[in-house]
Amino acid sequence: MTASAECITFDQLEDIIYLVDHVHGFNFYDYSRASLKRRVTRVMNLKRLDLFELKNLLVNDEQFFEYFLKEITVNVTEMFRDPGFYKSLRENVLPYLASFQHIKIWNAGCSTGEEVYSYAILLKEQGLYERSLLYGTDINSDVLEHARNGVYDLRKMKLYTENYRESGAERSLVNYYTAQYDAACIHNELKSKTLFSIHNLVSDGVFNEFQLISCRNVLIYFTVNLQQKVMQLFYDSLQPLGFLCLGSKERLRNESVAERFKLIDKKFNIYQKIG
Amino acid sequence: MVKITSHIETKIIAAKAMVIGCSAGGFNLLYDLIVQLPENFPLSVVVVIHRSKKYESTIEKVLTLKGSIPVKIAGDKQMLKPGTVYFAPPDYHLLLEPDYSFTLDFSEPLFFCRPSIDVTFQSISDVMDNKVIGVLLSGANEDGAAGIKYIGENGGLTVVQDPNEAEVGTMPMAAIKLSHVDLILKNDEIFNLFNEIHRIKTITTNLNEP
Repeated sequence: MTASAECITFDQLEDIIYLVDHVHGFNFYDYSRASLKRRVTRVMNLKRLDLFELKNLLVNDEQFFEYFLKEITVNVTEMFRDPGFYKSLRENVLPYLASFQHIKIWNAGCSTGEEVYSYAILLKEQGLYERSLLYGTDINSDVLEHARNGVYDLRKMKLYTENYRESGAERSLVNYYTAQYDAACIHNELKSKTLFSIHNLVSDGVFNEFQLISCRNVLIYFTVNLQQKVMQLFYDSLQPLGFLCLGSKERLRNESVAERFKLIDKKFNIYQKIG
Repeated sequence: MVKITSHIETKIIAAKAMVIGCSAGGFNLLYDLIVQLPENFPLSVVVVIHRSKKYESTIEKVLTLKGSIPVKIAGDKQMLKPGTVYFAPPDYHLLLEPDYSFTLDFSEPLFFCRPSIDVTFQSISDVMDNKVIGVLLSGANEDGAAGIKYIGENGGLTVVQDPNEAEVGTMPMAAIKLSHVDLILKNDEIFNLFNEIHRIKTITTNLNEP
């Protein structure tokens, strides 16, 4: 943070983006620079690296790259984050989803999986879980492993329980996990219909047809150009009358795609594919 | 009256943006400062306040209604313009891109704060080639001190509210302890400084198009 700590310029950041693409095949050209610069600087300060050492490790140390990849993408998530969003899902979306024979949900950029399990709980409470499949995808294999395990810091459950209650829940969150020492383990039942796998929104395409796609607080890290591309991908991946959920500060920027969606909830950015 | 030395005047002339950080005990002063800003204020103003995400906040609407200058919540990829005040939205860090568009960021809180004053101060200073004026008001934690230090060490103008006048002096005091700041001002001197900035920038505006 301070000037004496390591800090790179935007030009030096371009060098690193180039390096990561050429050595590892990960394309960050369409990521927001301000956020990326901060994340790279953070890694340098955590590991006490100067620019030369960082580049050296990026080229020569595969294990370091895995760590780097995890640290430069933001993996902060919560169960039932924005309780009002989940309330709106209960009221405006789930009754509609119930009319589909199969319910496939894609949580793009799922990080450690808290949102996927939040969806699983909602579906369970509406009696829809048995005919649902939930896909969580991310670019980082470490966070996906964490998501599969479904083991979270017990201290965070206080906030998650609060969120859950505010989302209009009738039960208690404790019905869905077992506390062991300082960990909260998500019940196996909620894992039986979930699938976590690698998918890169920059380079990978349609892999299934979904009734709901949720991608919240991921697009903010992308340039407008990439945001528009991803919107097309989501449109192509949705069944007609399927739902798209974005973060409350995000926008459906692709105009030709936007006109084929109906706004369901303005505040919480929920859309339905109508065209 | 605040004394504008030639050193400080040079920094004001160079400045492209003003960033203001404010927390517990600073809202009333912040409100009064923004309400009196003229419509054609020559800088972009970016404000980071600590507030709860749980309650709908109306400060931007009220300020637009009562003041002369447009006041907005910064939106993702929205362009920063002069003569406008932007507030960081609750629960996101606010960053600036090299093309002067905002990026919202949901990474870890700093000092339990999201938005963090330090994060925005550093980001805007970076993009503006350090040609910024950083203003830190009352608050109960140490957020903002590192941001003020960063701006100061890179050549921007740093202004801190006199901790004795602040309702909660912790935040300005932390900044003063961490680095040498250009100006430690009493409340009426901060108003005075804003007027001086307007006056100086208006005179030199033709030489210094944003």
